[in-house]
Amino acid sequence: MGTTATIPEKTSATQEFLDNLRQLPRNLKDAWFRLGRLPESEREESQATFHNLFLHLHSVRVHLRTLRPSLTLGLGLIATFSFLVLVITGLLLMIYYKPSTALAYQSMKDIHYVVATGRFIRNIHRWAAHIMVIAVFAHMARVFFTASYKKPREFNWLVGLGLLVLTLALSFTGYLLPYDQLAYWATTIGANIANSPRELTDALGITPYFDPGGFQKRLLLGANTVGEDSLIRFYVLHVFILPLLLVILLSVHFWRIRKDGGLARPEDPPGGLAEWGGKLHRVFEPLATKTYGLMAVVRGRRPPVNRGPEGTVMSWPHLLWAELAVLMLTIAVTLVLSFYIDAPLKEIANPAVPENPAKAPWYFLGLQELVSYSAFMGGLVIPTIAVLGLALIPFLDRRPGGEGLWFGTPGERTVAWQSLLFGLVCTVGLLAFTVNFGWLRNWFPEIHQLWIIAINPGSILVLLFAGWSLWTLKRKNSVRLAAVALFTCFLVGFVVLTYFATVHRGPNWQFYWWPSQWPVH
Amino acid sequence: MSDTNDVKPSRLEPPPVTRRSFLSIASLISFLAAMGTALAGVLRLPKPTVEPGPVRRYKVGHPEQFPVGAETLFAEQNFVVRRDAAGVYAISTTCTHLGCAVARTAEGFACPCHGSKFAANGRVLAGPAPRPLPWLEISRAADGQLVVYVDREVPEGTHFQA
Repeated sequence: MGTTATIPEKTSATQEFLDNLRQLPRNLKDAWFRLGRLPESEREESQATFHNLFLHLHSVRVHLRTLRPSLTLGLGLIATFSFLVLVITGLLLMIYYKPSTALAYQSMKDIHYVVATGRFIRNIHRWAAHIMVIAVFAHMARVFFTASYKKPREFNWLVGLGLLVLTLALSFTGYLLPYDQLAYWATTIGANIANSPRELTDALGITPYFDPGGFQKRLLLGANTVGEDSLIRFYVLHVFILPLLLVILLSVHFWRIRKDGGLARPEDPPGGLAEWGGKLHRVFEPLATKTYGLMAVVRGRRPPVNRGPEGTVMSWPHLLWAELAVLMLTIAVTLVLSFYIDAPLKEIANPAVPENPAKAPWYFLGLQELVSYSAFMGGLVIPTIAVLGLALIPFLDRRPGGEGLWFGTPGERTVAWQSLLFGLVCTVGLLAFTVNFGWLRNWFPEIHQLWIIAINPGSILVLLFAGWSLWTLKRKNSVRLAAVALFTCFLVGFVVLTYFATVHRGPNWQFYWWPSQWPVH
Repeated sequence: MSDTNDVKPSRLEPPPVTRRSFLSIASLISFLAAMGTALAGVLRLPKPTVEPGPVRRYKVGHPEQFPVGAETLFAEQNFVVRRDAAGVYAISTTCTHLGCAVARTAEGFACPCHGSKFAANGRVLAGPAPRPLPWLEISRAADGQLVVYVDREVPEGTHFQA
């Protein structure tokens, strides 16, 4: 666009070559920066957005409601940027890390003590992983409580669920790589959770003929115990397969946001008044006498057919500034945490003696508490029920309303508070009961394992939550409110179990009020 | 079908399949079959055919090294060897819940990971463990030493006469 020099009709090739050489810096710059300056008109701003592969994930204009930090809290962006940080620091760590049982731990020590900036880079990788897990969970809660999963966004809710599972899988596979005590035993426990269908098949006596548990464990570890084969499998999953899948799903996730008409937000009444950017505006009302053209075939409510572009601003620069701000915030928090708090590295893996207590990373501790009742029920069945339940939400709650508003349908806040209380009482009560009185095995040592699988604090918690949700359905006569009840209980259960296992479980998985009370050994 | 065009076909009869759509469907099915077979072949690879882990079969010493009433812990290999009046026997010290190594306690064994407790003979006393600690097969090697097979289970109470 900026090039004005024209090639003369007749000139010697040598001259032409020299001219081109002279203009090389300018032409290179034009090839890279097509406009050559920052866009000034809205037309140039829209071109800046859709002429760039990376920026064209954005629509050209974005609604002001979407930009409000109070709607999204920037959680999806935080998760995305943490992932970006993880990719970069992960690539750096790969330069020194050696995926072999003999060398892995030593290379971690090298990264920690010898490699320039190695400890800092590893800390950043660790902290970004924590932040990503928190952000993904919080993002899911945000989308749920603003009813943003509703039609036409059901599919994107499913994609998001896939991203949650992938995030947790990435965390878990990364956990083995240092090959320290925590890594070894957490992976042993994880692999045996995959093996836990044997609890059921053993109890039924059909393991020799039908052994899905053994198959899963062997597929994961490549052997009977954690060793060289497991390490290389986890490594390949962690550095290639899972990140690739995550990038693919993430692209679909972003793509769907655009195709579903941007972030969910309430409809402004045509002809009515709406507040955007601190001022009241009259909303465009289509005239009955006029025909409005279809500008593009996109599902949802954008681009505007039968409506004006009011309430929107240009993505470049408004959305871009918001995104850059979140990026800066994410990186700043990660850097500060990484500067002050080191990622842990325990002693080298020892197959003879587990750590006591051997605890998984915090986001799996709720699961570990459930697993301490029954491996099969707590480790496989309940997580499967939870994921299936979450996946079904947008298909069971199909009545439109409340999209893009926190607790947007009437009575939601009340139900959420009630469910918070109910979930808290149930979870704490069951934990207190189990700690004080034990469970079936303590009362009837000879009891058949099937009873323990079926009836344990974890399964009772699931039943209580499901019952509470069904009761809300009947009481409030609203599917959305029943979903709010279930989701709130699920969140509360997750948080309480995680807290309980983190703080109150000590050596031999016994109850202690505080880690300082743990016996010295 | 009737041989004249003016007779309306019965509603029970399916609409005629054109040659083109038949060929399209047939080629689509063959494509899916080929891809499915390829996928099965790809997925077969990660499942190990030969157990690549270590062979968990350990020589533990001559029978005289295990006097009646004594117990020897093989921590690295995860089992204990004991002898009583009936003979020698070995019990695994890998928790049947999720595979942690159990520790010896006064009453038997305790798992540090999820709190399972076992009696000295391996029976479950408390916690989430679904099965007792397995008793392991013992045999004698040519040089007279006892061999414990960690991957081979025998019924509780099986003693090796040594």
